[in-house]
Parts: sequence; C-alpha cells; structure tokens
Amino acid sequence: MEILVCARRVPDTSENEIELNSAGNDIERDELVYSINEPDNYAVEEALQIAGKAGGQVTVVTVGGEDDEEILRREMAMGANQGVLISDDAFQGSDGKGIATILKAFVQKGKYDLILTGVQAEDGGAQVGGMLAAMLDYPFAALVNSIEVLDGKKLKIGREIAGGNREMNEIDLPCVLSIQTGINEPRYVGMRGIRAVASVPIPTHGASDLGVDPRAVGESAAKVKRVDYFVPTLGKGAEMLRGSREENVDKVLELVAAKGGLK
Amino acid sequence: MARIFAYIAHKGGAPDDTAAELIAAAKKIDPSASPTAIALGWGAELDAVCATLRASHTEVWKIAHETFAYPNAELIRKALVKVLPAGAIVLVPHEHFGIDLAPGLSIKLNAAFVSDVVAIEGVEGSGLKVVRQEFGGQVSAHVRCDVLLGAVVTVRPGAFKPLESAAANGTVVDKSADVGALAAGRRYLETVIAEAGDVDITKFNVLVSIGRGIQEKDNVAIAQELADALGAAVSCSRPVVDAKWLEKSRQVGSSGKTVKPKVYLACGISGSFQHLAGIKGSPFLIAINKNAKAPIFQVADVGIVDDILEFLPELTNKVRELRSVAAK
Repeated sequence: MEILVCARRVPDTSENEIELNSAGNDIERDELVYSINEPDNYAVEEALQIAGKAGGQVTVVTVGGEDDEEILRREMAMGANQGVLISDDAFQGSDGKGIATILKAFVQKGKYDLILTGVQAEDGGAQVGGMLAAMLDYPFAALVNSIEVLDGKKLKIGREIAGGNREMNEIDLPCVLSIQTGINEPRYVGMRGIRAVASVPIPTHGASDLGVDPRAVGESAAKVKRVDYFVPTLGKGAEMLRGSREENVDKVLELVAAKGGLK
Repeated sequence: MARIFAYIAHKGGAPDDTAAELIAAAKKIDPSASPTAIALGWGAELDAVCATLRASHTEVWKIAHETFAYPNAELIRKALVKVLPAGAIVLVPHEHFGIDLAPGLSIKLNAAFVSDVVAIEGVEGSGLKVVRQEFGGQVSAHVRCDVLLGAVVTVRPGAFKPLESAAANGTVVDKSADVGALAAGRRYLETVIAEAGDVDITKFNVLVSIGRGIQEKDNVAIAQELADALGAAVSCSRPVVDAKWLEKSRQVGSSGKTVKPKVYLACGISGSFQHLAGIKGSPFLIAINKNAKAPIFQVADVGIVDDILEFLPELTNKVRELRSVAAK
C-alpha cells in the first residue's frame, strides 16, 4: 500500500501562548516554537502502522518553505520512507483550495493507494483533505479514528461522531482520509533518530515541476483571505483571583462550598 | 444578492437546533434574506422534518432518496450539486457531518469555502466578512471570502442565536426527481455506541476536569486525590484521552460526554469550543491555568493563573483539613 501523508508545520499551541503582534494585524511570530501539526503526526503514525502490516512506502509531503523541512525530517525519523517539500514563490498566500490544487498535481505525478491528512491545522479550516478528494474524485472521510485494511481494494474505517460514538464505514481505495487525534499513540522521536536523517536529501518540487498553473494558486487566486487577527472579548470574563496561592486555595474552597459542592 | 440555502441536519424526524441558527446566520449576510431550507432524507422522518421547517422557512426543498436514510456525505454532495443554482451561498452546520460534506461540496460547486464561522460582519461588494477562531480560540481572525461565484460556509453550532420570528407558513418543494441515480465509494455499515466506562461523570455535582496542563499520566493521581476529597469525579478534555491517560468515557465535549454539574473545576484546560460544548446547565466554573491568555478565562466565573500541579495538592490538603475538622 503506497501511502501519502500531507502534513504542515504550525506554531505549537502546547508550547506557546499565541498573542497579537504590536501592529495587531498578525500573531506575534518572534520566538514561536513550531512543530508538526498534531493531527498530522497521528496521520503519519497511522500510515506507518498500515505500511507495517500491509507493506508499502510512506511519503510525507508539505507545501511551504525551507523551514518546513524540519517536520519532514522529524517524520522520517519516525519511520517515513521519504519527505517531499513543495515550494514555490507562486504558492505564497494560497487559500485551502490553492493548497489542494497543488497537492492534487503532486498526487497525480505518483501512484498512491491512500492519502492521509490531519483533520485540521491549528490555524486551518479542516478543508484541504476534503477538497483534494473532490478534485481527484476519490472517496473521502473526515474525522477518522480507526482504520482496518480489508483487502487491497477497500478499508473499514471509523469516524468520530457526536457523544463519543463511532460511525463505521467501508471505503474504496484509493481514497483520502482526514485523521483525528487519538487514533493511535505516535511513537517517540529522539534526537538520535533526527540526527540519523539529518543529511538525507529532501526533493523539492516547484510549480513547473508539478505542472501547476501559477494563476490557479497563490494569493491572486485565493478567494478566501485572512484580513487580520484580533483577541475577542467573549462574555464578561472571569473574576481573577490575584492573591497568594494560599489565599486563592481558601477562596476556591469557600466558593465550592457556597455552590453546594462540598456535601 | 445571491440566494442563500441552509443545509438542515436532522434526527428522528426533527430538525437539529442548528436549523434555527442558520436562519440567524443568513440574516447577518443579508437582512432581507429568507434562506431556503434543504432537507435530505427518506420516508416519514423526512416528511416530519419538512412539516416542521414550514413553520420557520418560507421555502423548503425536500430531497427524498432511499440512501439518505443515513446521511452519506458523498451521496448528499452529489445530490446538492445537481439541485443547487450557480452562485448560491450554502450554510452548513460545522459538525461531524458538515466537516465531511462541505469542503468537497465547495470544489464541485466551484464556490469559495470558509469553515467554522463564529460571526458574520456583513457583505461589501462580493466580499463576505466573517470571524473564525484559530489556535484553539486563543486568537480570532477576520476573514474575507469572495462570494461572487457562490460560497459554502460552515457555521459553528451555538454561535448564532436563533431569532424570534413570525410563522413562515412556507411551501415544501419536492426536488427528489432532479437527483437521479447516485453511487458512492463509501458505504455506511453501523454506529458503534460509546462504552459506558468505569465512572459516569454525568452523575456528579462536582467535576475536577483536567486538560493538557496535567502534563503526564502519573499526575492524574493529583486530580483524583482532590476529587476523592471533594466527593467529585475526575473528567478531562480531549488531549488527556488522546494521550491515553484517561478513558474516553471521562471526556467532556462535543465528541465526548455532556455534563451538568453544579461546580466545574477546569484544571489546565485551555477551553476550546469543542470542550465547552459539553458543559451545560451553567455550572459555577473555576479555571486554573498557567497561561493567562487561555480562552477558558473568558467563560469562567473565577480564574486563577497558577500551575495546577502545585495548586491542586494544596487545595486537596485544605479540603481534607476541613473534612477532618467537620468530623470532630
């Protein structure tokens, strides 16, 4: 089974407090810690497990710039056979459809049985996987939290639906699946593993390599554009306790008791 | 102005709460709009849905097909592409079905796509200006979407307040014949109901709920000790279940349990909307988080910026002291 995983490098919300920059038009990007988008990492682990059982290669692809090679190497250290960077000035400012258009061109240059994405990026719209599938006329399923290979032609998959329930489906290959977190336990990647792939060459493809019309992607083609960032004020906000820890503990206890929580 | 359609999610013969919310969202795009409801399904359930929708929508498009007895996003997409006019703005609830359907639908309609919209600021020319949240709700973004050739917009459930409106006494238009034969590469098999788990968190008045801030599995005991002292249960947000530190049955949120406690202690929980969607009945919400910018502080009643790994053990000791004094 030849598997392609589409991944992205994003600011890591477990490592950063995301704040506005001083101009108020973007998030503060200085000193941000970036990592692979979390659901994408689960997608790579799932691909590795499927390839481990059914055979085949796992390729991880990202659309971005030189800095994004870092996540490709990380996923290669996990066990992915190949990392591919898709990069071109013409791709800057692409919206979700633009990214899907670029990935479609890449997919059509290879031969993949299964394409995985993470369900959503931290700053994304849960959109590229479903768009890519529609462009390729492949079946698609979102929020996938279990995969079982039935034979070379189809999979049995679970989708996360409301209330912790799981919707089971059969899906024909080739297909595109968007992977939900928690589907597996992604393996640990140590420094040694990263060093082992540090000098593996990463092929880079641009618009002409892929035969992508630059007018169909990038900022000029984007119908959807982020105008600015802001911090919303939702509701009245919490009453913040600013005492010492001991005072705060006493206050919390008093409140819990007052609200009937100490019976 | 483009014609606005609302995709109606329904279950057991009744439209979902989002049906009324999408009317409110449509009015934010165009105050004079009366969105056309599109209900796809089968049999008596679909008839009941359409009958209900007539009261709130001036026009209801009914699309009956045997295969829609259980909604399959690929088949429904194909049906929608056949019936929707060019340039339509289609509103879809941003839940598990909408996430499955909407991106591909936008491609097939050659329409713009914007997802998980929490507010709509209006239209300037062909630009629809909306608000989305990013980075787990830590920041919001204004997004401009060119709707000249139509758009598919997914709308966050609960974000738009239903409007009081007069009875519409609308008409039901049967579009089933326009759909034709349908086939899909994905077939529904069955729904596996969530396992009950060891503790029923929905039965407790107080929940000590932990998130990513608990940091590692061994630290779950810190929360359990507090819960034991309080007579509460430990619940959690999604990352704790993803990391396999607690069972799925302990998860509060749209993909977990819906709880209605009196007091909810959110410990190291950032407060994503998916998590908050599982907290009902307006409990007294106390949030403890190291990150002063965590969105949970916007919705909590009381907030403390502190490390839960240090705060919770002190709180546990105080509860125990109080209990032992009371026992004497």
